[in-house]
Amino acid sequence: MSIALSMFVGFVALTLLITFWAARKNTGASAYFAAGRSITGWQNGLAVAGDYMSAASFLGISGAICLNGYDGFMYSVGFLVAYITVLLIVAEPLRNAGKYTMADLLAYRLSPRPVRAMASLSTLTVSTFYMIAQMVGAGVIIEKLIGASFHTAVIGVGVLMLVYVVFGGMLATTWVQIIKAILLMVGALMLSVLVLKYHGYSLGAFFDAITAATYAGTEAPKNLLQPGLQYGVAVKGPWGPTDFLSLSLALVLGTAGLPHILVRFYTVPDAKTARSSVVWAMAIIGLFYILTTFFGFGAATILEKSQILSDGKPNPNMVAPALAQHLGGELFFAFISAVAFATILAVVAGLTMSASASFAHDFYTNVIHHGRETKPGQEVKVARITAFVVGAVSIGIAIYLGPSVNAAFLVGLAFAVAASANLPVIVLSVFWKRFNTTGAVAGLSVGLLSSIVLILLSPNGVFGKAGAVFPLENPGIVSIPLGFLAAWLGTVITARDAAGEAKFAELTVRAHTGLGAEKAVSH
Amino acid sequence: MSDPKTPVNWDALEAKPEFRQLLSRKARFIMSATVFFMAYYLALPVLVGWFPELMKTQVLGKVNLAYVFALSQFVMAWVIAFIYVRKAASWDKEAATVIQDQH
Repeated sequence: MSIALSMFVGFVALTLLITFWAARKNTGASAYFAAGRSITGWQNGLAVAGDYMSAASFLGISGAICLNGYDGFMYSVGFLVAYITVLLIVAEPLRNAGKYTMADLLAYRLSPRPVRAMASLSTLTVSTFYMIAQMVGAGVIIEKLIGASFHTAVIGVGVLMLVYVVFGGMLATTWVQIIKAILLMVGALMLSVLVLKYHGYSLGAFFDAITAATYAGTEAPKNLLQPGLQYGVAVKGPWGPTDFLSLSLALVLGTAGLPHILVRFYTVPDAKTARSSVVWAMAIIGLFYILTTFFGFGAATILEKSQILSDGKPNPNMVAPALAQHLGGELFFAFISAVAFATILAVVAGLTMSASASFAHDFYTNVIHHGRETKPGQEVKVARITAFVVGAVSIGIAIYLGPSVNAAFLVGLAFAVAASANLPVIVLSVFWKRFNTTGAVAGLSVGLLSSIVLILLSPNGVFGKAGAVFPLENPGIVSIPLGFLAAWLGTVITARDAAGEAKFAELTVRAHTGLGAEKAVSH
Repeated sequence: MSDPKTPVNWDALEAKPEFRQLLSRKARFIMSATVFFMAYYLALPVLVGWFPELMKTQVLGKVNLAYVFALSQFVMAWVIAFIYVRKAASWDKEAATVIQDQH
């Protein structure tokens, strides 16, 4: 058994033990969906970081920076700055006024059934796109790292993730994310120190090397700190800078609408802890993305093109593992591979958890059964079945699409939908008294549809580069304003909702004082 | 937690002058912080996209303005978070006095 494989097995054994422990503690819906609201601030901060720093972050960004230099670093910047929106606008009202899902906040004073149905659809869309991206990435990486076939790898990840979610619920998922976040930070720090050691522990020498990087993708030395290697006019044409701006917008506004991040704030006892967990997350996430400087840019100063080739092309996903192997040998390579594996598993489990909670709580209980549970425990049962279905469907689609699908394309779509559909209605329902049901449904559906349609018409879409109708790869700059506009227009052209506006006072008091918020379950 | 037998009068709470003041202070901070951070953040892709030559200026050894500005975004985010958390701690106290009769 190879070292990489034994590290995988060790991680799996540990997480299964946690799942077994969590399954014994899981009694009732609040325990299953929200870990009994008993997670502390620093724990949830780590779990948010663990849920957020996906394989796309670790493997994707190190690859993007190594191959595209500065333009790849923009992801690192946007992924952190996005948390200001989460901290200032979303986390506390959500925790104070909601129960299990994003839609709880929206349904508070709006007509629950249409709003929940649309919010659930948008949640499932975001989660599924994001998950397929992770699954495909997992398949490719595991195939490369331990030699399992793509199918085996995807099915293996899917089944493991289902065990965590179905048996361990939110508590097990949270601890898988905490362990993964710690492993990822240790891996990132070690990799960064090794890169600095390579350059004689001199930041000056390190940055000098970046400005004349041998660049893993090309032959001639390049200054990777210069912007524009991916989105510059010379590379991408006249729309390049607009595309870059559009990407930046989706990054900074998408995070606060990602359902698997939002549900994390229900796992803490109160809004104050939700706030402190965002601060913990910002410290960890910020440090991590600053470190991408070392293992992203650094890789381009150390690796040779031949080390990251797969099927004759430079494979961005292999940059971090190849760098680990080059600098730290087989053992470190095995560790970084196990970290990548843990990363994928934790994110996929978090996504499945939020998708199944939304279907069971929003759609099954509240839309179909008008907010009443037919039998005690029915909601949790439906969530477990949904997790199974979501898992099976994602495994199926990931295998159908195969290893060559562009994972960044799917992640981009998830961020665009989150920013264009979810964020406008969350913000307006908390801050705008006049906001009504028609506005919410219009905002959600226009945001969702416009981002999907624009991506399909983009150079990454169905007509390819040559036939693209929409010139940008990132739809945010158009679809986000459209989402806000539709939510506003839908509200002002329809009648005022007297009952909803009357309830706005209650929502405001709850959101800003925490009076009557869901309490933690005592164990 | 409020007694379920005596329902909370949400409208009365919302109309309290203390609550209104708290809300307007909070809203003013959140609005100005949001406008500031969005402007500061979006300045990065705008400057990098449309003024690449300016951003290529080397300011610290070989390190250029583009990278320094990108790094300053991390500091900006942490500073805003720090200010917000300090302000929120005093808002917590005010919110507690607004709802003190409800416990």
